[in-house]
Amino acid sequence: MRDIAVISFAQTPGRRSVPELNEVEMLMPAIHGALEQVDMTIDDIGFTCSGSTDYLAGTAFSFVSTLDGVGPWPPIQESHVEMDGAWALYEAWVKLQLGELDTALVYAYAKSSPGDLPMVLTRQLDPITVAPLWADSVSLAALQARALLDSGKATEADMATVAARSRKDAMDNPNAQLAWDRPASDLLTDGYHIAPLRKSDCPPITDGAACIILAAGDVARSKVERPAWIRGIDHRVEPIHLGLRDLTVSESTRIAADKAGVAGGKVDVAELHAPFSHQELILVDALGLDSETSINPSGGALAANAMMTAGLIRIGEVANRISNGSADRGVAHATSGPCLQQNLVAVLEGDA
Amino acid sequence: MPEIQLPPSLQGVEPVRSVRTPARLDYTFTPGEATSRFLKGITQKKIIGQRATPDSRVYVPPRGADPELGAATPIEVEVAQVGTVTSFCVVNLQFYGSGMEIPYTSALVLLDGADLSIMHLIQEIPADQVRVGMRVEAVWRDDADIEPTLESIKWFRPTGEPDDVNVRIPGEIRGTGLGSWPGGVAPTELTVRNPRTGLGGTAEFGGEG
Amino acid sequence: MGHERVAVVGIGQTKHEATRGDVSVAGLLREAAGRALADAEMTWTDVDAVVIGKAPDFFEGVMMPELFLADALGCTGKPMFRVHTAGSVGGSTAIVASQLISAGIHERVLTVAFEKQSESEAMWALSLPIPFTPPLHAGAGGYFAPHIRSYIRRAKAPDHIGMLVALKDRQNGVKNPYAHLHEPDISFDSIKESMMLWDPIRYAETCPSSDGACALVLGSEKVADEAAAQGRKPAWIQGTAMRSEPTLSAERDTVLPLGGALCAADVYKQAGITNPRKDVDAVEMYVPFSWFEPMWLENLGFAEPGEGWKMTEAGATALDGDLPVNMSGGVLCTNPIGASGMLRFAEAAMQVRGTAGDHQVDSVRKAVGHAYGGGSQFFAMWVVGKDKP
Repeated sequence: MRDIAVISFAQTPGRRSVPELNEVEMLMPAIHGALEQVDMTIDDIGFTCSGSTDYLAGTAFSFVSTLDGVGPWPPIQESHVEMDGAWALYEAWVKLQLGELDTALVYAYAKSSPGDLPMVLTRQLDPITVAPLWADSVSLAALQARALLDSGKATEADMATVAARSRKDAMDNPNAQLAWDRPASDLLTDGYHIAPLRKSDCPPITDGAACIILAAGDVARSKVERPAWIRGIDHRVEPIHLGLRDLTVSESTRIAADKAGVAGGKVDVAELHAPFSHQELILVDALGLDSETSINPSGGALAANAMMTAGLIRIGEVANRISNGSADRGVAHATSGPCLQQNLVAVLEGDA
Repeated sequence: MPEIQLPPSLQGVEPVRSVRTPARLDYTFTPGEATSRFLKGITQKKIIGQRATPDSRVYVPPRGADPELGAATPIEVEVAQVGTVTSFCVVNLQFYGSGMEIPYTSALVLLDGADLSIMHLIQEIPADQVRVGMRVEAVWRDDADIEPTLESIKWFRPTGEPDDVNVRIPGEIRGTGLGSWPGGVAPTELTVRNPRTGLGGTAEFGGEG
Repeated sequence: MGHERVAVVGIGQTKHEATRGDVSVAGLLREAAGRALADAEMTWTDVDAVVIGKAPDFFEGVMMPELFLADALGCTGKPMFRVHTAGSVGGSTAIVASQLISAGIHERVLTVAFEKQSESEAMWALSLPIPFTPPLHAGAGGYFAPHIRSYIRRAKAPDHIGMLVALKDRQNGVKNPYAHLHEPDISFDSIKESMMLWDPIRYAETCPSSDGACALVLGSEKVADEAAAQGRKPAWIQGTAMRSEPTLSAERDTVLPLGGALCAADVYKQAGITNPRKDVDAVEMYVPFSWFEPMWLENLGFAEPGEGWKMTEAGATALDGDLPVNMSGGVLCTNPIGASGMLRFAEAAMQVRGTAGDHQVDSVRKAVGHAYGGGSQFFAMWVVGKDKP
């Protein structure tokens, strides 16, 4: 396999809504930021890939107009996935493995503000048996949290600890939407939002965009001092139906982690795409991480959760920490579908 | 395909062949900066195009990015309310959401000062007389009915000026140098001018060579 | 093309109809995928990864439907990937799937593309108002008709060319048991008399709206060699390419898009094609409105600009012509939008493998599959052939 690294990452600050900008206007600063950081233009990019979804935009073919933000002229090699940008990054990584191209630009964005996100997400469910129930994403997550608590694998205090730590760490993240310092004991006195989830266990609704640039081998080395090499990357999916899975574990994450080689070394930092606090507990277990690992120093999805983008941002946040030398090896995770249905795991590492 | 064995209680029960599940989602769209400025201009009966740099293409209606440069378009340029038809079609099909009386002529109109045609209606002329090169002008709604939407322009009608037979049709060989395989030679990215570097294009097609 | 060789070792498609009321979306997919697996003499457990493609989710009223279809496609515990590149998606999906094998990541990939347009309202989904834009297009035809008119003007093409294409493709469709439209009584006059929808496009020159799915099993060289040894000829992928350009840009030529030409040039170079007209034996190109045939013939280098219509008029693109185009009946007979691109790629592979039945062309060594999407801005192509690259 070719050595491919993340050489640049940029994101827009997560905000509840960005009404003054349309999608392409919101996205461009992330693309320009990522390119400018490594003194590149779209002409230096071999392949472009993006992740987004029509149902958030409320229009069909919505990704078509945002492509303008990249300046695809003369015509470019480009693709698009109706998935989180982390999977767009996977497609770009595969493309670079083929050897003819050395650089790729990956972007993702979503404005959840135009619609009612938990209702929009009900459209992902089985259209015949579940979607007509309009079971919103928070309620489904609550079912999973209930299952986890009942299994004895975690307590509400464990969840509150995750919630408290995430928002406190987010205070150091200028792009975080929710950042505050309230201890877990305090959170536990709040009433339930959708039991057993409290508001603090739930992610914000975020409008945002992010962009990552990948480069191969010597091209990466020529652009940045310490590229964040992708040592392994894999993704797996499970059935959507909650009754067909053990919701207290994430089997697909476990398999992806194994294939990506997470256990092959020390994990200094892990950015996990866990929109709900209890899901971090499940993922830590599935990835086999221990207390040595710094988890979600960015605040994670609990601090900012732009749909289709939060997964890509996890990869970027790990890459940044490797590039700036504060970590040597890290794991990034992205998820899709209700209750951690589909999961992607990437292992990144800096040169020794 | 494996045969599905129904339990005795369901034998002879009529299977459900389909379900109809109405769904409704409400979205509040915001136009964004570029479109907002354009629509504000419309309320003043002006047609405002936008460009990224003083030398780049003027886009009407603007959508937020210059698609060749991949840059925002902060410079406003008021374009004329007259232009030339660059292509058209006659629509005979009533479709969902359209309030038009059929047949109607839908045309691409290159307004003077703009670099890209807009799509709009042509009226006040029989459909079979509409032609490429015809000069047309915008017809606005009554002042009281002007709203921030491109529909405040009801349609375009002929001005009566002589046709502009040499109208630059965006993308045609004569104008910007795009063909496909002239002489059977495969085109390359160099066939067209790169808007960011200014390089590319071939002399034959009006580029810098 | 990548360092590992890839071949098509299994092909399957559904019977395409306006409404497949007899199957759910899952059933539709499994019909195609099941046939492809059977063709490849594999089972669901042999598959390493699944790549799915489809066009806007508003067509079925389900957001990211591959999520609820994951287990119907045997994906549990496997990688599942969803591509969406507008109308070209069926093609780009197959290309993404082939790259997984090319890059040495997997050996057997199932790729499926589908659309069940009857579940939602396809016309509605295609015409969803773009906020702050007046709705004038009257569907895809209303968007493309002015560009077709530009082609006719530039090429000085006579009016009847479009109807010749429609006649040819519909007659070819009669020979394709899977095609949606079977019109054995179609004639030049019946096409001419059909209603003019968006002048110059008539009703009979327009693609239908279909429910349908297409599936391919792609295999590594090892898998393909095994299939060949067992008498199941693989179709070797000799080149793949994709290009995109903006929708509305002052430079672009919507009649002969540069992206399409560059895509073709790239894929021909990979496949060792130096003279497309001579080196290619059969073409499946994405023609949803009749006039796209002469336009794409020029765009893809089979004819010089302005000459494409002459090839059509001369009968060169007929089933018995010297460069048959759309032997399956093409998009004009069958258009489940998400699947249409993959159907083009699949039919090209069928020609090479000799499994196209009544619409088989003799001695096809190299065939081209082509798909486009959006406002003639997304292009995906592949070249498949009898020979290992």
